[in-house]
Amino acid sequence: MPPLARWYIKLAMLYFIAALIVGVAQAVLDLPYLGPAYVHMLVVGWITQMIFGVAYWMFPKYSPETPRGDDAVAIGTFCLLNAGLLLRVVVEPLRAWRPDAAPGWLLVVSGVLQALAAIGFTLNTWPRVKVR
Amino acid sequence: MPRVSAWFIRASLCHLLGGFTLGALLLASKGVSLAPGVWSLRRVHIEMLLVGWIIQLVMGVAIWIFPRFVLRSAPRRSVVTAWLAFALLNSGVILVTLGASFVALGRIVEAGAALSFAAHLWGRVSPAGLSAM
Repeated sequence: MPPLARWYIKLAMLYFIAALIVGVAQAVLDLPYLGPAYVHMLVVGWITQMIFGVAYWMFPKYSPETPRGDDAVAIGTFCLLNAGLLLRVVVEPLRAWRPDAAPGWLLVVSGVLQALAAIGFTLNTWPRVKVR
Repeated sequence: MPRVSAWFIRASLCHLLGGFTLGALLLASKGVSLAPGVWSLRRVHIEMLLVGWIIQLVMGVAIWIFPRFVLRSAPRRSVVTAWLAFALLNSGVILVTLGASFVALGRIVEAGAALSFAAHLWGRVSPAGLSAM
């Protein structure tokens, strides 16, 4: 398994654990503003990240020279996805708790980073979806 | 991978792009003021990512990697049910995203996709060592 796939999959598992801890905290401590962070840690941090990692590892090779496509794009995708998601799960609950606790434009940045990650993943994966 | 799997996976990538773009818009609207109607896109965002991206990718990969029939004994309907699942799933997603009055119809169409997918894959869930191809 390539190192980047290992990073994706290990981080996905950490998000899975962290999401469930947040879910418990939300229920026990009655913190409804943690809801969106909990859902997105599961759907983006766990499921989507696991898909990105396994697809990067196991999809058909792009070419013998660059079997997994452009490595710079792949690493960039990993960084963008996790920077965007981390920013969200910190800033969104903070602003829901106290709107002046963090500037709103950080959420714009978070959204843009994650959308760029989706573009990067698609660019690298599309040519590897080959009919045989 | 089979052609139908490639279509499933490419369609799922399109939904990933659309769903994440809408998600970015929704998230941005929590931080800065955008058009008030942005939140009406929340249902589209959820549908594109849960059904269009995740479920569709799982279906496409399953059709690709599960043990296959021996070619000469593979029933013709097997390919048809896979394509039918693809058409119904994407039609269902589109219907759900069209508006609240189409949600029930979209869900029925998606249920048809699930049935067709199960009809395709059921016989391919075989014990290890029995895959013929």
